[in-house]
Amino acid sequence: MTDSKYFTTTKKGEIFELKAELNSDKKEKKKEAVKKVIASMTVGKDVSALFPDVVNCMQTDNLELKKLVYLYLMNYAKSQPDMAIMAVNTFVKDCEDPNPLIRALAVRTMGCIRVDKITEYLCEPLRKCLKDEDPYVRKTAAVCVAKLHDINAQLVEDQGFLDTLKDLISDSNPMVVANAVAALSEIAESHPNSNLLDLNPQSINKLLTALNECTEWGQIFILDCLANYTPRDDRESQSICERVTPRLSHANSAVVLSAVKVLMKFMEMLPKDLDYYGTLLKKLAPPLVTLLSAEPELQYVALRNINLIVQKRPEILKHEMKVFFVKYNDPIYVKLEKLDIMIRLASQANIAQVLAELKEYATEVDVDFVRKAVRAIGRCAIKVEQSAERCVSTLLDLIQTKVNYVVQEAIVVIKDIFRKYPNKYESVIATLCENLDSLDEPEARAAMIWIVGEYAERIDNADELLESFLEGFHDESTQVQLQLLTAIVKLFLKKPTETQELVQQVLSLATQDSDNPDLRDRGYIYWRLLSTDPVAAKEVVLAEKPLISEETDLIEPTLLEELICHIGTLASVYHKPPSAFVEGSRGVQHKRLPARAGSGESAESPDTVSTGGVSEAPPAVIPSQGDLLGDLLNLDLTPPTTTGPPPPTSSMQMGAMDLLGGGLDSLMGDDSEPSHIPLRTDTPQSPQLHHHSPSPPDYSPTELGGDIGGSPAMGASFGAPPAVMPGSFNAPVSGGLSDLFDLGGGVGMPMGAYVPPKTVWLPAMKAKGLEISGTFARRSGVVQMEMTLTNKAMSVMGDFAIQFNRNSFGLAPAGPLQVLTPFTPNQSIEVTLPLNTVGPVMKMEPLNNLQVAVKNNIDVFYFSCQYPISMLFVEDGKMERQVFLATWKDIPNDNESQFQIKDCHLNSDAASNKLQGSNIFTIAKRTVDGQDMLYQSMKLTNGIWILAELKVQAGNPNYTISLKCRAPEVAQSVFQSYEAVLKN
Amino acid sequence: MIHSLFLVNASGDIFLEKHWKSVVSRSVCDYFFEAQERATEPENVPPVIPTPHHYLISVLRHRIYFVAVIQSEVPPLFVIEFLHRVVDTFQDYFGVCTEAAIKDNVVVVYELLEEMLDNGFPLATESNILKELIKPPTILRTMVNTITGSTNVGEQLPTGQLSVVPWRRTGVKYTNNEAYFDVVEEIDAIIDKSGSTITAEIQGVIDACVKLTGMPDLTLSFMNPRLLDDVSFHPCVRFKRWEAERILSFIPPDGNFRLLSYHVSSQNLVAIPVYVKHNITFREGSSQGRFDLTLGPKQTMGKAVESVLVSSQLPRGVLNTNLNPSQGTYTFDPVTKLLTWDVGKINPQKLPSLKGSMSLQAGASKPDENPTINIQFKIQQMAISGLKVNRLDMYGEKYKPFKGIKYMTKAGKFQVRT
Repeated sequence: MTDSKYFTTTKKGEIFELKAELNSDKKEKKKEAVKKVIASMTVGKDVSALFPDVVNCMQTDNLELKKLVYLYLMNYAKSQPDMAIMAVNTFVKDCEDPNPLIRALAVRTMGCIRVDKITEYLCEPLRKCLKDEDPYVRKTAAVCVAKLHDINAQLVEDQGFLDTLKDLISDSNPMVVANAVAALSEIAESHPNSNLLDLNPQSINKLLTALNECTEWGQIFILDCLANYTPRDDRESQSICERVTPRLSHANSAVVLSAVKVLMKFMEMLPKDLDYYGTLLKKLAPPLVTLLSAEPELQYVALRNINLIVQKRPEILKHEMKVFFVKYNDPIYVKLEKLDIMIRLASQANIAQVLAELKEYATEVDVDFVRKAVRAIGRCAIKVEQSAERCVSTLLDLIQTKVNYVVQEAIVVIKDIFRKYPNKYESVIATLCENLDSLDEPEARAAMIWIVGEYAERIDNADELLESFLEGFHDESTQVQLQLLTAIVKLFLKKPTETQELVQQVLSLATQDSDNPDLRDRGYIYWRLLSTDPVAAKEVVLAEKPLISEETDLIEPTLLEELICHIGTLASVYHKPPSAFVEGSRGVQHKRLPARAGSGESAESPDTVSTGGVSEAPPAVIPSQGDLLGDLLNLDLTPPTTTGPPPPTSSMQMGAMDLLGGGLDSLMGDDSEPSHIPLRTDTPQSPQLHHHSPSPPDYSPTELGGDIGGSPAMGASFGAPPAVMPGSFNAPVSGGLSDLFDLGGGVGMPMGAYVPPKTVWLPAMKAKGLEISGTFARRSGVVQMEMTLTNKAMSVMGDFAIQFNRNSFGLAPAGPLQVLTPFTPNQSIEVTLPLNTVGPVMKMEPLNNLQVAVKNNIDVFYFSCQYPISMLFVEDGKMERQVFLATWKDIPNDNESQFQIKDCHLNSDAASNKLQGSNIFTIAKRTVDGQDMLYQSMKLTNGIWILAELKVQAGNPNYTISLKCRAPEVAQSVFQSYEAVLKN
Repeated sequence: MIHSLFLVNASGDIFLEKHWKSVVSRSVCDYFFEAQERATEPENVPPVIPTPHHYLISVLRHRIYFVAVIQSEVPPLFVIEFLHRVVDTFQDYFGVCTEAAIKDNVVVVYELLEEMLDNGFPLATESNILKELIKPPTILRTMVNTITGSTNVGEQLPTGQLSVVPWRRTGVKYTNNEAYFDVVEEIDAIIDKSGSTITAEIQGVIDACVKLTGMPDLTLSFMNPRLLDDVSFHPCVRFKRWEAERILSFIPPDGNFRLLSYHVSSQNLVAIPVYVKHNITFREGSSQGRFDLTLGPKQTMGKAVESVLVSSQLPRGVLNTNLNPSQGTYTFDPVTKLLTWDVGKINPQKLPSLKGSMSLQAGASKPDENPTINIQFKIQQMAISGLKVNRLDMYGEKYKPFKGIKYMTKAGKFQVRT
């Protein structure tokens, strides 16, 4: 006879029959009936109608029957609150039973009945049970507090149960301690800021003692709790690590992973040169490897966590590559995770093995996995430079298999390889072209078209190839259309003679027959570029592209730190902070890794640009890790080709006149006039290129420079904001080499631009402990705000952001404010914020006033500061003599203003030299009666020209300066700049 | 913590549900069924599935999905480990863990689940303690209970529950005192087509069956303990002693338990006990393929390789096979394309082979993928890592127990690429 008999029903109606049996006099029959009820409950049948009859069976000395009734009660009490009261008496009585098992059972069950009326009666028995002599009852009661808190938090607080629970942490029985910790942790989850688990060295010591003796589940609770503690110093940290390490050998994988979390967190505090640090690193590898021999579900969770650990501390598993090799019958979710970790661990030492494996995977059955394997080969090529050649040949082998999706995937990654190693592997292009017809996925087609366009000069029949795509232009996806447009324009610029017709065709297809705004806009831009100035078009379209970065799919460092603190949790499985998805946790605290003792933060801060001389180049093309966040945010913006300073084209000088006329308007509010665009034409319908400059982050990915974005995994750095443009890009212009020759030796080497000393902008008093002092500088053609942030508060600051109010010249941050966190008390950080001038414009009083808002985790603060207008003087502000003369005459005399600069002891050449450093260019020098007259010009970022006449009398420390400008408002600021530059 | 548990069978029906907090509607499982539908194979269902208000964490065992519902941030491994414990307990109680067995014992199952978890916190998961609280059903006991009306629920607090050795109950008595240890090693390996080892590692366990009276204190020492540098212990093992002396010292639980599991990594040289010579070829344009497989022993220290079973997933293009085994039997399933060859024992004098042809779809192109060959085998009286127990001593009790140690090597995931 088995329990399945309880499922059989009779014709009369189940409920009716059960009712009769429940009310039977025979004990045995009653019990059988209750079992039948429970059986129905397990399969989700509604048997709540039997409530009074079942509750009647509760008064019994048969423990099994009692347990069964309790089971029933827990399920249905909520639907019958009034009836449930009937049970209270029995519960209260049972809580006094001499048998601890029954006492515990009663208090446990009562806690599960989520009915307000019952909870009132629960308080007294619970209080007794929390102090019961039997630890079994105490540990059950501890959990019951958490249950009660879930039902009625206020009641628990009012009754002082929380304090009793805290006392249980010091209980003599480790099982009670573990349950108390578990209950407190659960309660704390809904009260993030309550100091429930007040961890101090004494309580930590108690927890560590209990850790050795409690059950495996208790160990998990205790370890998770320990992970929230921040040791006072590295010694304490080490001693905790030593006591936690034995848990790594536990059979329960959850215990192991929780122990790994504690160790990963606390080891952050240990000095790296400590012997123990190395020992600990070695001890972490075997348990992680062992997790991978467990069941696939465990493996999956373990792999997601290992993925984090490998990013944080690659040294732990660097020799364990082989355990991540994929077995063909691994579930797909395990396979994909292993592949990801393999790439992260790939290095020059093991790349041969990895590639051989990846090639093997590329012939497997599962399409998703094969695709990812092929992509992985590409990522290896980009990550390990020495392996690139081998990767390319592996990819070629795969293309030879002619398996359709393998070929397509391979072409997509080869495109990325070209982006990383330009002009190195074009020999494979011929092979790629053979497979043109088999490509049917947009991404692969777009990649192939990009390759053809980029290397058009080396592909004899590039025009034919592209033409073949053009036939079905309207059926292609936008991605392919955009790419095709750009590729044909590139082809035209490289081989103008043969492809005129083709380019006409594609431009008309894009502009006239398409209703996609991205495509149409790009088409028009090319069209205008090509029709007005092919030379400039070449500069723009065929500009050199920044290399793509190696590891772009890394988790952003602060998020990674937070996730490391959450190893073993759902957050670590989803690689998202718990605040992003955990329901019901009101304001989860962000956890951080503790700072290493003794060592400053600077060791790990890659990019605080020093405020030294101009020679200091801004960050390199490939952003270092610290920049990653910023770049990711700016992903898919325009390529940087438009953001550099104007290339010296012939049209520039001609445009000067015109802009002088329009400059004033643009200053005063019409911000549609392009201000820093490489092109200046005298046609009124000059292209409004600046719509494509990287100011609005939500702008659609129109890529003026004609590049294809790398595959999502790789392209992150591609749309780098102008802030990270290399110094070298601007250097030839700003260095003013041509100016040097023009001046015929009259002037020496230009000196660096004048940078005023830092002043305090935001005193700590006004900003809750945050002090900001700073200055502005123009370095290599980029306007920068250089700030020193000092944390004078008692707490750690973070989440910095900055914003500017509208201002006269449209200054706006070109990137996010990057403050390395944690920004600990008494720390000072140097921050350089690159600026652009494409923000909204509003005239300020004084003109060079800038209102700034800085936000951090504490509050938002406002301050205003003034920038020297000289930092807006662009590098090509040198006018030709004739133009200067004409302009000088053209500007009405009313616009002229005169100033005196006093106490300046420079001779005219030295002055000229000094001024040139700040982009104030001397065009001519005349000497009349021992008085040197310097004629100078400068141009603001918004295209306004300022002409100046500087009179220097030998032996007289007072200079006279006359300024002429179409916008006389700027004169005062310009004069101030003159004075500042000359006197410093 | 764990909110609810649903058991789902292979055909996608929920046949049991248990709630530890409030009742969660079973419609939450619809998200699970969606994921199940998307997965091509039953085992490809992702173990963690997010839904708008809950997370579903599932394991697949004995063709039953155990789906746990959680609502707040809980370590997923904690849930998965607990579910495994549930499966082990069912198996322990009912002999098998099948839908039928669970339905037959639904009340005991319910009582067990209630005992194992309280408000989502694990309460009693040790089989020793559970068995004292809820007696496993036996035919005899069911009969007796029916007649006498007694129950199968223990009335007393389990003794081990709170002691320093929670895994052992007091007052154990046996007439024959015996302790058996099985050293079982599974070898996982990937062999490439040329026969060289890509990766090979050993997962070893020492399972024990200890039936000793009283509170015996055992020590177990090894000839070559340095092989064990990556180990996981049963909680009974004194870790400090192991760290210091490399001796396992413990008060054993009563009955069957896993004393330790260990891992010998791919960085050590792992002996490969069998080799495979294979020649599986398809020719372009021909509707025939050749299949030729020979097995042979290698590094077995003279022990016989037994219970050999070869299986391979042939490419989809293969319609049928016409093969000839030199020993054993082979089957080919034309639907799943799974070839299995039950070889039996390898005779080193006359190596087993399987030769013949495969017929392919006419006109189809040559298959792209190379089949992988999966091999299972057993070798008795040998631990492939070379691990050997030195001696086993008992303290604390006066009688003389009977002791026994057995070694065995098995194939785990042993794969040969072609």
